[in-house]
Amino acid sequence: MTDFGFSLSKSSVVDIDRTDTALYRRLCELDRTAASCMSCGSCSATCTASSYSGMSLRKVLHGLQRGEDVRPMLRCCMLCGKCTMVCPRGINTRHVLLTIAKIYD
Amino acid sequence: MKDNVVIIGGGIAGMEAAKQLLSLGVKPILVEKAPRLGGHVASWHRLFPDMTLASDIIKRLEKDIAGANIFLETSVENISRKGRSYNLVLSNGITVNAAAVLFATGFSLFDAAKKEEYGYGVYDRVITNADLEAWMNGKKDSRIPASPATVGFVHCVGSRDIKAGNTQCSKVCCTTAIKQAIEIKERFPAAEVYCFYMDLRLFGKKYEDFYIEAQKDFGVHFVRGRVSEVGERIDGSLQVKAEDTLSGRPLRVGVDLLVLMSGMCCNPKAGALASSVKLELDSDGFLRSRDNVYEINRSNLPGVFYAGACTGTKTVPETAAEARAAALEIYNYLKA
Repeated sequence: MTDFGFSLSKSSVVDIDRTDTALYRRLCELDRTAASCMSCGSCSATCTASSYSGMSLRKVLHGLQRGEDVRPMLRCCMLCGKCTMVCPRGINTRHVLLTIAKIYD
Repeated sequence: MKDNVVIIGGGIAGMEAAKQLLSLGVKPILVEKAPRLGGHVASWHRLFPDMTLASDIIKRLEKDIAGANIFLETSVENISRKGRSYNLVLSNGITVNAAAVLFATGFSLFDAAKKEEYGYGVYDRVITNADLEAWMNGKKDSRIPASPATVGFVHCVGSRDIKAGNTQCSKVCCTTAIKQAIEIKERFPAAEVYCFYMDLRLFGKKYEDFYIEAQKDFGVHFVRGRVSEVGERIDGSLQVKAEDTLSGRPLRVGVDLLVLMSGMCCNPKAGALASSVKLELDSDGFLRSRDNVYEINRSNLPGVFYAGACTGTKTVPETAAEARAAALEIYNYLKA
C-alpha cells in the first residue's frame, strides 16, 4: 500500500454500549464492598507502590468498569494493606485485589 | 389579636407557618395562586431520605390549617406600604390591610427546554425530575418506555450554570437523583442506571447513606462529568456524551430514558411583587434576607418576613423549620 504519510489515531472514547463489564460485575458479586468506591483516591495516595509503578486501586476499579485490562497494574500491588486502612468506605481492598486476580485466572 | 397577617404562597412554607400561627392564636390569611395547596411538594411522590409520601405531609398540613382564611386561585396583585402596615390588593377584588406579611413564595423549577443540548421537548425520551415524579404519582407518560434497559440521570440542569442565569447549587437534586435512580431500579431491576454528576453534594442527614445504598444495593453507576450533549438515534433511544473525568476520556452511552434534574430557581413573579414594595433582591435573584447568617426570616422592611425557598434553595425540613421560626417572629412582632 502507498504510504501517504497519514495515520489514524486510535479513538480514546469510552463507549459504554460496547464495553464488556463482566469482570466488574463478577467482582461485585464476590465482594459487594467494591461497588461502594467513591473514587476519593485515598488508596492511591497512600499506596507504597504507586509512586514508582502507577499502581492505583481507584484506577483498577474504574478501569474494570471501563473494560480495561488492569492486570499490569494489579501486578504492582505488594499487598501491604495500607489502602485497607485509609479507605473511608470500609472496602476490603486487599480482598478486592485478590478477588480480581482470581477472576482473571 | 385583630391585626391581619397575610401569608403569600400556600406551599409547605406557607402552610407550616399558618399552622404555627394558628397554634399561637393568630388566624392568618393564606393566599395561593393555584387551585390547590401544597406547592411543588404536592406534585412530588416520595421524599428523601426515608421515602416519606409527600401526599401524607400535605394532607396532614391541610387538616392543621383548616382554621385559617384560605384563598385559592388568588394572587397578590399589588402591595403598598402605609406607615406600619401594608395594603394588599388580591386578584379576587379583596383588599387587605395587614400588620405583617409573610413571603412564602417559593421557587420556580428551571425550564429544562432552555438547555437545548439536552433535547427536552425535542427528543421523545427526555423527561425531567418533575415529570418522573408525576409518573410515579400515576400520571401517564408516553415518553417513559415499558421496560427501559438503560436510564440516565443528568445532574445540575440549569444549576451552577452562569449562562442559564443560575450560579447557585440547587442543593436537593443530587439526593433526588439518587432517590429517583433507586426508584427506577426498584421498578426496572434489570435496567442499568447512570448518574452524570460534577460532584455529589450530599450534605443532609442520611443522604450519604442513600448514596452508598444506591451503589451497593442497587448497582447504580456514577459517572463524574457534566453531560455535554444528547442526540437521538434512529430507534428513538438517546446517545449521551460526557467526559469520564476520572479517566480523562470522552464517554458515550446509549439510554432508553434520560431524566434531567431541573434545579430550583428564583421565582420571578415574587421578585417583581417584592420590588414593587421596595423589598430588596439578593445577587442570586432570590429575596434578600436582612442577614444571610442570622436573620434569614427578616426582610429589609418592618413587618415583612420570609420563609422557605423564596430566599434560596431549601430542602423540605429546612423550609418547615424556617416557617416555624417566621411564625414566631411574626407573633413577637405583633405583640411588640
